[in-house]
Amino acid sequence: MRMDSEEKDKKTVHGCIGERYLGCGLNSGTLHLEGTPGNALGAYLDGGSIFVDGNVQDAAADTMNDGLIAVRGSAGDALAYGMRGGRVYILNDAGYRAGVHMKAYGNKKSLLIIGGRTGSFLGEYLAGGIIIVLGLGHEKEEITGYFCGNGMYAGTIYLRCDKRPVNLSDKLITRVVGNEEKEEVLSPLIRDFARTFSISEEECLNGSFLAIEADKSKTYSQLYAAV
Amino acid sequence: MMARYRIRRDSCCIACMRCVKECSFGAISEKEGKDLVFHHDKCVDCQRCVSLCPQGALYITEEENRFRHNSVFRKDDLKEILLQAETGGVLLSSMGASGKNVPIYFDKMLLNASQVTNPSIDPLREPMETATFLGERPSTVERDENGKLRDNLPPHLELSTPIMFSAMSYGAISLNVHKALSIAAEELHTYWNTGEGGLHESLYRYKDNTIVQVASGRFGVHQRYLNTAAAIEIKIGQGAKPGIGGHLTGAKIVGDVSRTRMVPEGLDAISPAPHHDIYSIEDLAQLVMSIKEVTEYKKPVIVKVAAVHNIAPIASGIARSGADIISIDGYRGGTGAAPKRIRDNVGLPIELAIASVDQRLREEKIRDRISIIASGGIRNSADVVKAIALGADAVSIGTAALCALGCHICASCHSGKCAWGIATQDESLRKRLDPEKGAERLVNLVQAWTQEIKEFMGGMGINSIEALRGNRLALRGVDLNQKELKILGIGYAGE
Repeated sequence: MRMDSEEKDKKTVHGCIGERYLGCGLNSGTLHLEGTPGNALGAYLDGGSIFVDGNVQDAAADTMNDGLIAVRGSAGDALAYGMRGGRVYILNDAGYRAGVHMKAYGNKKSLLIIGGRTGSFLGEYLAGGIIIVLGLGHEKEEITGYFCGNGMYAGTIYLRCDKRPVNLSDKLITRVVGNEEKEEVLSPLIRDFARTFSISEEECLNGSFLAIEADKSKTYSQLYAAV
Repeated sequence: MMARYRIRRDSCCIACMRCVKECSFGAISEKEGKDLVFHHDKCVDCQRCVSLCPQGALYITEEENRFRHNSVFRKDDLKEILLQAETGGVLLSSMGASGKNVPIYFDKMLLNASQVTNPSIDPLREPMETATFLGERPSTVERDENGKLRDNLPPHLELSTPIMFSAMSYGAISLNVHKALSIAAEELHTYWNTGEGGLHESLYRYKDNTIVQVASGRFGVHQRYLNTAAAIEIKIGQGAKPGIGGHLTGAKIVGDVSRTRMVPEGLDAISPAPHHDIYSIEDLAQLVMSIKEVTEYKKPVIVKVAAVHNIAPIASGIARSGADIISIDGYRGGTGAAPKRIRDNVGLPIELAIASVDQRLREEKIRDRISIIASGGIRNSADVVKAIALGADAVSIGTAALCALGCHICASCHSGKCAWGIATQDESLRKRLDPEKGAERLVNLVQAWTQEIKEFMGGMGINSIEALRGNRLALRGVDLNQKELKILGIGYAGE
């Protein structure tokens, strides 16, 4: 691994081969990584940007609070766990447990966009924020796995497809995204994603989107009887 | 539903209506013509009215009406069946386990004292060291080229007494309780623990005596929070509800609780049962190290687990994960809300857990790599001394600390109506607890216990708490079978 310090706020690291905890707690500036950084990339990220030319491994963006992580490749498991704010863009696929327990609070709205497909348990326990899975190049296939959104109680998962994911919980509701929502909510987010990777915005927005949200009439509070 | 308690008064009552104002559960109301009406079914026996009745005229007794006696299906069994048949709900309760047939081993162990040989020490006359260090101990002594000792001590916590305050979150308890705990921790040179609900900004100034918690919900966790602490605790589990998550209802997520947890007002705060980024010791090691990265390796990391059946190998794994301290919470550990069945039927008494963990870590020669904090039903200084003699480095107290602040253990924390202003966010109730006075009571309690600990130590001829740690020769059991003695690693009284 070799670091070039070209400018004060911009660092480039070449030849990453699995170094863990890169950009951990970063709060400003830009970190450009080439190769494959190791686990826990950008954990507790609090601002600034991390660009990765390559894949990232497990637990990237763990408990992220602000900033941007953009990966021109795929991500491993447990991506963006407990993320509260900022943006995570993955150009290709993400593994199991992506976006578990993401949140939103005040002006912080966590945003996770995945260009390809994800594994099972996407957005479990989602407590806020937005997850978008585009499934680019996988138009005729399933773009997420089992137990999508299980236990989620706020926030929205958008899937660019018209088919409900397999074994979706009965505590979730799905709806086809209307033109207005697509234009006002999804367009600006996806435009930024497409520009970041210099890919076609139209292709990313092409076709219908399915939104998954918690059924507010089935909350956790109804589970209990106080002794 | 049959009432559980019955409120009565005697002829001293002057109908001053003080009890009507004090009862937050609506069990006493005012009748026209200045008289009282009791709603027995709403009484939780929190003792607030009894304590504050200026005439001493109130009494709360167990309800005398009873179900027909049956030696298998007892009163609570039947009551709970009826409640669940009516509501279909999971039974929710609070505070520590009520398993009546699970022994309290502390009560079955007796401490030693010196007689004739190895004379006892008078702590009022001679120095007695209770300072406790938590964290990894270096395995070698290093010297520089001039022969001077090199400071190779890894990050650690220094306590003036081996007693700290357990994790209790803002939201489950009020801000005034957090204030009282932080003021007391500073004065006592020990630590309090935020629990998983974040740290209110007004308490950032107590950072040197604060342990911040990272739980599966990651509420209020951010870089600044992690760095506003003396140590960071990763909460895997707690004694009152091992293996299950937490749930703070939206009704309690109001105002500053919402701001501190960084969860929108009115939205439930769910802590998933596992950390979804931890499925192995290797994953745990990764979270430990990422926390160390973000705090520049300056702070010890604690891993808190519930005492469960395989606690010894689990602790061994945690010792190898890079964590500096393991906090073990036993079967009787308290909570602001837990499913009753889990609370009463899952886990291990803390005494057995401490003994088996200490033994295992010694056998594996890694005991110096990690310190042990024990909690879950520590009631007095004797429990503290026995826990340390079994192998703990320090203990933490939650229920006992709340009792010092007024709690009478009515186990209604989950209702949010705490009449003592502890487990509530209601503004009028919160005000009932003065944080300064509360801190004073906490300081009194811990100082009194510390003095008693010194007397125990002096009696045994020990002048440093270090010499008590894992010193099981100081303990003998009574009314215990051979298996229990073996696990506790102690002899029978008289042996």
